[in-house]
Amino acid sequence: MITILICLASVAALLQFFISYARSLVTSYSKLGVSDQVLNLAEPHSKDIGSEEFPRLRQLAGLCPARGDDRFGIQTVGAYYELVSFGRTIFNPISMVSRWLEDERIGCSHFAAVALERRIQHSRSLLGH
Amino acid sequence: MLGPFNYVIWGAGLIIQVYIVVCLLARKESFRYFSLQAYVAATAITTIVHFIVLRDFGFTSSQYRYTYYYSECVLTVLLYLVVMGLYSHVFQELGASTDVRIATVLLLVGVAGFSYLVVRHDAGFLSGKFALEISQNLYFVGAVLTYGLWVVVLKLRETRARLVQLVLAMGIYFSALAVVYALRNMVPRFELLLHALPPLVSLWLPASWAYTFTRIPEEARLAPSELAAESR
Repeated sequence: MITILICLASVAALLQFFISYARSLVTSYSKLGVSDQVLNLAEPHSKDIGSEEFPRLRQLAGLCPARGDDRFGIQTVGAYYELVSFGRTIFNPISMVSRWLEDERIGCSHFAAVALERRIQHSRSLLGH
Repeated sequence: MLGPFNYVIWGAGLIIQVYIVVCLLARKESFRYFSLQAYVAATAITTIVHFIVLRDFGFTSSQYRYTYYYSECVLTVLLYLVVMGLYSHVFQELGASTDVRIATVLLLVGVAGFSYLVVRHDAGFLSGKFALEISQNLYFVGAVLTYGLWVVVLKLRETRARLVQLVLAMGIYFSALAVVYALRNMVPRFELLLHALPPLVSLWLPASWAYTFTRIPEEARLAPSELAAESR
């Protein structure tokens, strides 16, 4: 009985810690802008990055030479994106929750876009050398 | 028997642990994060000791089993000291560091007393079940302590991004291990599957700390209220 309670309480704590941790990563990138070039890659005819763009942007970032210091962040946010997408599938009928989850997915896509931007800049500096 | 997976996790863990220690030394931040650095250094030494004991006595030997579980318990207690160190960081500006020190001593006395009672009760008996239960309880206490710290961070509106990420990473580590050990305790059928998880979770903590010390400067700030799930 105690083990079950410990398990349930730990799962709840784990979810809360993970969501807050992933949001701390996403928030740290949210104020950084994205160049038109990356915006074009993400959404050719729009000024905003859509929530569905995360996998593609992540893939593109994976093609660029890595600086080595952002791989952990991208993987963690990737796991968060999967979790949020799963939550959105479940809570789709509840519009308020669904909208919040959609905002989170957009935040993840923005994170991936900034990561891609940084990697493109890194590639350029490598070429410059 | 350990497979390539375990050796890769071991090697990767050791490299990241050494990186953190060197990184803090190079940036002259050892004093600021003393307990954290001591814990990471102890983990690196333990990794090497585990490897030597495994090589000399084998995976199924009682020497390896005792070394593994007792060192895990000692490391968990050291990690409590890291949590208390982070508490003292958060309470620094309130001038409550003496209270934190008293709480640390009480916590250590409590854990030592509890461990002594448990060991005396099951003297000379390190069964799988016993080891799983004590690990599960120690990690759960760690998760509760870290949760308390997270609540304090939110209440005091702590804005240091590094501190916030260190606390959250530790919360994930403790609660994930508490879940894994509780599941191993509840459903022994999945022991083989769940047995692979603790080393993987153990890699999380040094990896997330290394990321924080590399990417987040000491002066970076964020609003913890933005991180609570209900507001943005």
